[in-house]
Amino acid sequence: MLTLESAVIKFAGDSGDGMQLVGSLFTDTTAILGNDIATFPDFPSEIRAPQGTVAGVSGFQIHFGTSGVHSPGDAADVLVAMNPAALKANLHTLKPSCLIIIDADSFSRKDLDKAGFETNPLDDHTLHGHKLIPAPITSLTKSSIADLGLDNKSAERCKNMFTLGMIFWLFSEPLDTTIEFFEQKFKKQPSLAQANIKALKAGHHYALTIEAILPHFSVLPAQKKPGIYRNINGNQATAWGLMAAAQKVGRDLFLGSYPITPATDIMQELTRHKWAGVKVFQAEDEIAGICSAIGASFAGDVAVTTTSGPGMALKTEALGLAVMTELPLVIVNVQRGGPSTGLPTKTEQSDLLQAVWGRNGESPIVVLAASTPGNCFDMAFEAVKIAVEHMTPVILLTESYIANGAEPWKIKKPDELPNIQVNSLNDPNPNWRPYLRDDQTLARKWVIPGTPQLQHRIGGLEKDDCTGCVSHNPQNHEFMVGIRQNKVNLVTKDIPLQRVKGKNANKLLVVGWGGQFGILFGAVSDLQKEGKNIAFTHFNYIHPLPSNTADIFAQFDMILVCELNNGQFAKYLRATLPQFTYHQFNKIQGLPFMVSELKDKFNQILES
Amino acid sequence: MEIQLMRKPKDYASDQEVKWCPGCGDYAILNAVQRALAELNIDKKDVVFVSGIGCSSRFPYYMDTYGFHTIHGRAAAVATGVKLANPALSVWIVSGDGDSLAIGGNHFIHAIRRNLNMNLIVFNNQIYGLTKGQFSPTSERGKITKSSPHGTLETPFNTGELALGAKSTFFARVPDTDIKLMTQVMIEAENHNGFSLVEVYQNCVIFNDKAHAAITAKENKANAQLILEHGKPMLFGLDNQFGIRLNGLELEVVKLGENDITINDILVHDAYTPSSALHYMLIQMSAPDFPVAMGVIRNVSGPVFDQDLHQQIEHQKQSSKFNSLNELFLSGNTFNIQ
Repeated sequence: MLTLESAVIKFAGDSGDGMQLVGSLFTDTTAILGNDIATFPDFPSEIRAPQGTVAGVSGFQIHFGTSGVHSPGDAADVLVAMNPAALKANLHTLKPSCLIIIDADSFSRKDLDKAGFETNPLDDHTLHGHKLIPAPITSLTKSSIADLGLDNKSAERCKNMFTLGMIFWLFSEPLDTTIEFFEQKFKKQPSLAQANIKALKAGHHYALTIEAILPHFSVLPAQKKPGIYRNINGNQATAWGLMAAAQKVGRDLFLGSYPITPATDIMQELTRHKWAGVKVFQAEDEIAGICSAIGASFAGDVAVTTTSGPGMALKTEALGLAVMTELPLVIVNVQRGGPSTGLPTKTEQSDLLQAVWGRNGESPIVVLAASTPGNCFDMAFEAVKIAVEHMTPVILLTESYIANGAEPWKIKKPDELPNIQVNSLNDPNPNWRPYLRDDQTLARKWVIPGTPQLQHRIGGLEKDDCTGCVSHNPQNHEFMVGIRQNKVNLVTKDIPLQRVKGKNANKLLVVGWGGQFGILFGAVSDLQKEGKNIAFTHFNYIHPLPSNTADIFAQFDMILVCELNNGQFAKYLRATLPQFTYHQFNKIQGLPFMVSELKDKFNQILES
Repeated sequence: MEIQLMRKPKDYASDQEVKWCPGCGDYAILNAVQRALAELNIDKKDVVFVSGIGCSSRFPYYMDTYGFHTIHGRAAAVATGVKLANPALSVWIVSGDGDSLAIGGNHFIHAIRRNLNMNLIVFNNQIYGLTKGQFSPTSERGKITKSSPHGTLETPFNTGELALGAKSTFFARVPDTDIKLMTQVMIEAENHNGFSLVEVYQNCVIFNDKAHAAITAKENKANAQLILEHGKPMLFGLDNQFGIRLNGLELEVVKLGENDITINDILVHDAYTPSSALHYMLIQMSAPDFPVAMGVIRNVSGPVFDQDLHQQIEHQKQSSKFNSLNELFLSGNTFNIQ
């Protein structure tokens, strides 16, 4: 048995082949074994894209290991390809001498034609240098569960479990977590549970049988801080962070939302938790999603709306209303490829300028960004905290890559989370006015309907300073524009200072933001180990920026902003801190960065 | 012993100067709503007025209740959030024909369908007033306006038809000229458990003056309006000499005493019947062949969204396997690193 530091497995098949399930089940088991993990589910936007074609390939990549797992990995050590299309789609991301397991039953001439192979890649030189294991997965799956009397289609569906069984054997991982999963999932359909479990075991036995030709690996657990961990993806972490924050505020959590990829899972997670007083309203459209949240905020709930780019565009006018009425509101934008419908299932960071500046009028909003799946919890919590303490809408940017990607998360104890101060006023007070402000934060009071003798009216028309009455006074308008911006600027006082990895460096500063943290961190770490003069700083707080940002930038010869867009954070920095020169490294392919391409770019700069 | 002071209409008026045009129908609606609240004796701290954009939507500023002047077309969506956050509040949406039936059409039909326990008053003046005179979704076909100099090419909505199509549980129609009827209808709207839609035939004195005059003018109203009351025969005319009869599958105007018609031939209004067939026919009645139906046309019960949501939440609080976030976070597959 070979012991590995880390390994990358890519599961690939038709979008109906159950590759996402295989991936997440393997992730669960691997996480429980204590490995560091990073996952990357990558699938088409069609539910069932044309069968057998490259466009219809659904993939799930997992990188797991003892240390240094910051990204899902550039290339695979093991590829599972359920058909020729899945093989073709992944040929360019294989490590040398990759172990390729294919379903030999799905490589007929017809299958090859659908994938666009002129000659059979199993016979020509396509896979030269790799180790190929052609396993008759479909037929072996069917025969292993023939005695259960399932129809042909249901039986064939179990082939993903046969494959998973093989992979578990390959990496010396136990089957029990997966078996428990099926016993729970198909409690009421025991024959389906049995079929999946049987196929899983059959795959495991098969791998054992062909041991002679199959390598056998073991990946040691990671050295992590002591504590209780679980596997979590970004959308689930976002939902839980919101719940934890609402509990700290001491108010109910309200979500007004409309289904949109890749944000829908946050709504689906929250609606399971009515037991915690969570109110989820699936609205008739994106606009009603945010408007209902604004109404709920006015009436005293911790209010949130979740969406992705196209939905964000629709919510824009209502966002301005939240700015004008100075109500606490959290807007989560799980970014995807744009513009328009764009690439619904692919990752991108191209909604940053929309978040910071994309509204009519002078309309400042706090903008935060989450950096890893687990960090979504912290930033969702932080978004609520800032919204409530500063009486402002807060946009939280996450992205498809971390929303669907998973990592081990050290479980937070709700009691140990920071307190959230509420600007409430519950008793009659003759001196109170709707737009009277706190000296420190400039936040107004959150006075909710039902409070005696504090009836008041708010709205989207410009407010008179202090009284909150409608005002068209020219000086007042300019004053109010200023005060709304100052209020957001003052958030700087409550956010952590920006940190740098690589304090002794002074040549190249790599700047990142949002969900590309792990990959950037990994690439910079590798070069730092080689003794290169390179440092890294990563932003979770976009608007306003941490107060020491300029001090950090001033220490370096060169600043390189790396992001999955055409240079939006770089543009924002140029406008905000124009005294520095910003270089850009951009990728706009609907895919996360690869460590290798980042290192190549950094090296090229360092050597010039 | 606590003495319950009866509230007066002016108790609900804010200190803001009312800025509608002199002669605007909105004044009468404001007046009727304040009277209704006084009669209902609701504590004003528990009342929220939510409006969209348009002349009608300035309404909340004139009420000494909680108020939210939102954005164009979205009042029903904002109000939905208010009501779900706190179902104990008395929530009133104030909107116009453009706000509710054009830009806010989607929220309008879905708010009706969900049947939250709120009230929506649609000020229907068949014109865009605040933008100074463009046609609205209720303007009659061929109407000449600033944005239709050669006449509109659109068939107008009938608010009630749309509401019934959206499964309305309460629909009433009133003219802004009849404060007594308006007040009574507002009270019934608030008392109805569910979504209550009140359409007011409102006069825009500047851009569409006398649009409803054929129905609402003093000299016309007796013959042009059928004021419905549950359990009462559908009679109209100065001396109640006319009535509505069902002839086959059609309604028909008849005169008592003519052709042996007696009171027994006249339909009796049943606002509470779940069937919307007759309500639909009443809503469709229009001049000159028919009087326009006024009053509470439909008032039926149905599942109420806000109450059902809170019931689900209560049930989950009782029955869920989780009692704390800590339990949730530790549920499922976890692993302990020593």
